[in-house]
Amino acid sequence: MRYGYYPGCSLTGTGIEYGLSADAVIRHLNMDMKEIRDWNCCGASSAHNHDPLLSIALPARNLALAEQQGFREVAVPCAACYQRIKAAEVAARDPLKRREMEEVIEEELSGAIVARSLLEIMVHDIDDSALAAQIRRPLQGLKVACYYGCLLVKPRAIAMDEAENPMTMDHLMERLGATPVEWGYKTECCGGSLTLTRPDTGVQMTAEVLKYAKLAGADCVVTPCPLCTSNLDMRQGTAEKKLGRSLGLPIYYFTELMGFAFGLPMKTLGLDRHFVEATGLLQSLPVPASG
Amino acid sequence: MGTVMVSTTVDNSEDFRRRLKEVYGIDTALCYQCGKCAAGCPTAFAMENTVRQLIRMIQMGLIREVLSSYSIWACAACETCSVRCPREVEPARLMESLRIEAQRAGLVSDKTSKTFHDLFLQSVEDHGLLHEVGMMARLNVLTGNLFSNAEFGPAMLAQGKLHFLPKKIENPEAVARIFANVRKKRGEIK
Repeated sequence: MRYGYYPGCSLTGTGIEYGLSADAVIRHLNMDMKEIRDWNCCGASSAHNHDPLLSIALPARNLALAEQQGFREVAVPCAACYQRIKAAEVAARDPLKRREMEEVIEEELSGAIVARSLLEIMVHDIDDSALAAQIRRPLQGLKVACYYGCLLVKPRAIAMDEAENPMTMDHLMERLGATPVEWGYKTECCGGSLTLTRPDTGVQMTAEVLKYAKLAGADCVVTPCPLCTSNLDMRQGTAEKKLGRSLGLPIYYFTELMGFAFGLPMKTLGLDRHFVEATGLLQSLPVPASG
Repeated sequence: MGTVMVSTTVDNSEDFRRRLKEVYGIDTALCYQCGKCAAGCPTAFAMENTVRQLIRMIQMGLIREVLSSYSIWACAACETCSVRCPREVEPARLMESLRIEAQRAGLVSDKTSKTFHDLFLQSVEDHGLLHEVGMMARLNVLTGNLFSNAEFGPAMLAQGKLHFLPKKIENPEAVARIFANVRKKRGEIK
């Protein structure tokens, strides 16, 4: 099988809409993908603040399991998990480092398996016509601010797209019929990693990202990251208070918008599990003439 | 983690800079203080010393001041500085290294962050996974903010985002052994 799916801890908890919608879309597209058996937490975002070896060893066990289970690539929806697993893959390219990692995880690593974000897989591995054939409800007229956050595109060694102006998700949204807005905050940090330890600092950053999405004329924000999403969605009320203005921006995972465009039921995609109401905007989109 | 004697660890600043190079691959001598890192830093507003200033302080040997500063814990690890640094100092990885070294030296100024990371890793060591609810509840108890984020509880429960019992992977011992092996390599016994 080609892809070993690594859901990560958030996708059954705070990021449950991401988990539900990713599952639904993967199944709908009949992708050659299956969950890696017995996967463990990648350690984000604490192991790399504790010990450099632990930070690459925890994700490396998942790479080793994926290899043993016959997968050629690891598909990672969560941006934080992606950054850590990719960092382990990059580290394992150095034979000395690889030996050290193998010793600690007590498993063998070939150094051949590749970690990829679910976003890049959806955009690069599914061709235009196959995707177009699935679209039942094009996102006509929906103005989206594509918010990539930090962890998919920084630092350079692990980046799946350009750090200052990534376009992968913009292209996907165009293919779904939506209109991505131009804005400067695509990869400005939302403060997600500080929300529990320094909430005042975090919410100021969240507010900035949301403010600029609104100023750019977006109807909503779309992300590939459960940390960013829970932050931008759950703390939008706090950010509104900070800004002294209302925003009302639904925050979607790109997989939710894919699933909606494919015509999948909103409940299946988890669209009813948001803090900022997320179904009304999609229901208000023009229905294409049948036939 | 045991506490390392500060006097022997960081008094000699040349030793500390060598350690940064050998253990973390960070060479602060490369920095020519252009300030691009701090200019793009989204948390600079919350720091008493920006990342550029911290690098200068390390160059000057003010190691203890750097390790005990709040600034290193205000960093959101967004990596913007590392992408923009024209000298490839990798300031974000430096900040991460400083957080690790501050813990080793017992100089952590932001106890909430330290508690958060310890609880996070304890959950992973016990279950192989992060149990979000358990970690949050313990963090609130240990930091004395019992109702922090509790306002989101009812909605999250309705959305199916809270699980009160931790799940375990099939083979949590394998993950616990990774922690033990890393400790052994570091010469620490827990």
